Amino acid sequence: MIPPSSPMRRREERDGWLFASPWLLGFLLFTVGPMIASAFFAFTEYDVLTQPKWVGWANFDKALTDDPKVGQALKVTSIYAVVSVPLQILLGLCVALMLNTRIRGLQFYRTVYYLPSVLSGVAVALLWRWIYAPNFGLINSFLARFDIVGPGWLGDKDWALTSMIGMSLWHVGGGIVIYLAGLQGVPSELYEAVRVDGAGRGAAFWHITLPMITPVLFYNLVIGIITALQIFTQALIMTNGGPHEATLFIVLYLYRNAFQFFKMGYASVLAWILFGYILMLTLLVYRSSGFWVFYAGELKSR
Amino acid sequence: MTVSAHDNRPRLPTWEAALSHLVLVAGGFFLMIPLAWMLSTSLKSLGTVMSLPPEWIPRTFHWENYADIFRLVPFGRYVWNTVVITLLDVMGKIVSCSLVAFAFARLRWRGREALFLIMLATMMLPPQVTMIPQFVVFKHMELIDTIVPLVLPNWLGGPFLTFLLRQFFMSIPLDLDDAARIDGASNFGIFWRVVLPLSKPALAAVAIFMFNGSWNDFFGPLIYLHSRDKYTIALGLRSFQDQNYTEWHLLMAASLVAMLPVVLIFFFAQKYFIQGIVFTGVKG
Repeated sequence: MIPPSSPMRRREERDGWLFASPWLLGFLLFTVGPMIASAFFAFTEYDVLTQPKWVGWANFDKALTDDPKVGQALKVTSIYAVVSVPLQILLGLCVALMLNTRIRGLQFYRTVYYLPSVLSGVAVALLWRWIYAPNFGLINSFLARFDIVGPGWLGDKDWALTSMIGMSLWHVGGGIVIYLAGLQGVPSELYEAVRVDGAGRGAAFWHITLPMITPVLFYNLVIGIITALQIFTQALIMTNGGPHEATLFIVLYLYRNAFQFFKMGYASVLAWILFGYILMLTLLVYRSSGFWVFYAGELKSR
Repeated sequence: MTVSAHDNRPRLPTWEAALSHLVLVAGGFFLMIPLAWMLSTSLKSLGTVMSLPPEWIPRTFHWENYADIFRLVPFGRYVWNTVVITLLDVMGKIVSCSLVAFAFARLRWRGREALFLIMLATMMLPPQVTMIPQFVVFKHMELIDTIVPLVLPNWLGGPFLTFLLRQFFMSIPLDLDDAARIDGASNFGIFWRVVLPLSKPALAAVAIFMFNGSWNDFFGPLIYLHSRDKYTIALGLRSFQDQNYTEWHLLMAASLVAMLPVVLIFFFAQKYFIQGIVFTGVKG
């Protein structure tokens, strides 16, 4: 054993800070510093070219009481997150459960389901714009075979948000891989125990499988919500927030204020509202986790 | 992927297995259709794109579409710009995150636990909060329209990939460090000769994740790169869309080229993708 005050331990102490220094530097330069600056900008009117002008709470007043677009943006973004994330989890879990049997072709299915979820960005947004295109797009040209005139999808204010949610389900595969790993981590002794007790597969699912993978579901719920609330690329490329602001997601509105209207102060307030909102939802999910997330402390160390 | 020592997967009755296959094939079919549609459109002429019902297999394959996108816009330039940024990002992320993860996983120092929690907490902070001041600073340093604002932050760690590596490093027996120490190895020696060589799968996962994120990044280039000759593929695609918004055959050819590296890496390194997300998602 190495004594705690030896030169070796002191070197370790020093090296710990040294090794962590890239992140410490990044944390100070690109997180803490900007956070302080952002808190300051929130109380100013600032267009980058001239000096920031102190305006007190004016930006907050405007965002919270006087700007219907903020309400619209929060509404649209929340609907998107609250519908698409649970839907993705539910579908992903169903597929994972089917794959977590002694089924043939597991590798093949996993590849097929996982591939779309590694694709992202502008190219994917363009692809889906073309799928949803009103006249010759994939969906409407299919519907035309049955003499059905499909809606304008992204161009229709009643369908645009639904179309975005539909598109998000293409990325269901990332979750599937995680759930599969979670399912395979459930100790087989537990299944044997319920089998001895004479329980059927339904009971095994409700009393063993589901509780044992709730931590995994919880993690995916939290990460999924945080990611969904920050949706941007699709909104800018596919609808640019329209039609009639039906897809005016909060980050898109923030982007417009910051980098098109150069209202850095107001955009900072929007960023803090988004942060507060993420924090609130995360805490809510976290609070609720006591009721439904099961941590099998001693079982975890299988 | 690790399958636990005893296989706990149930064996299904034949009819249920058949039903599962049916559902899985149908689902997989729906997931693959968009890609097939993209490939099919990219090989059509403008005229056949606008025909009903659509020809899934075009009568003549218009391979020249792929040449056209390089002729109509400096797509080659965009690809090169993206490659440069992506490689620098990947290198920076691997170097910085592995150093930081080593500090959090293998070294004992005061403040470690608290700082680790702080780092995890920053994952909840949306990048939009820090983005505006960062932009302002880079603007005052006259670094707008250079790749510095895009690359530099990636050389200074980052919570998600550091966490992934830290989880992996934790799984390597600490006895190896102690043995190396007794042999007189420095902490850097342990990092370089003990931990890193054993962590190749995790490093591969980090490289792949960063490659993906960097290759597809849109927001960063959108706010920092303004002149056309500095555009990345994402920006190039966007301006291409603005100019040729009805020429879907060209847009799909360009989108397919943009996705190709990610698809290729996926097929060759699927294992690392899966290990990576399993490490963050399950063992967290």
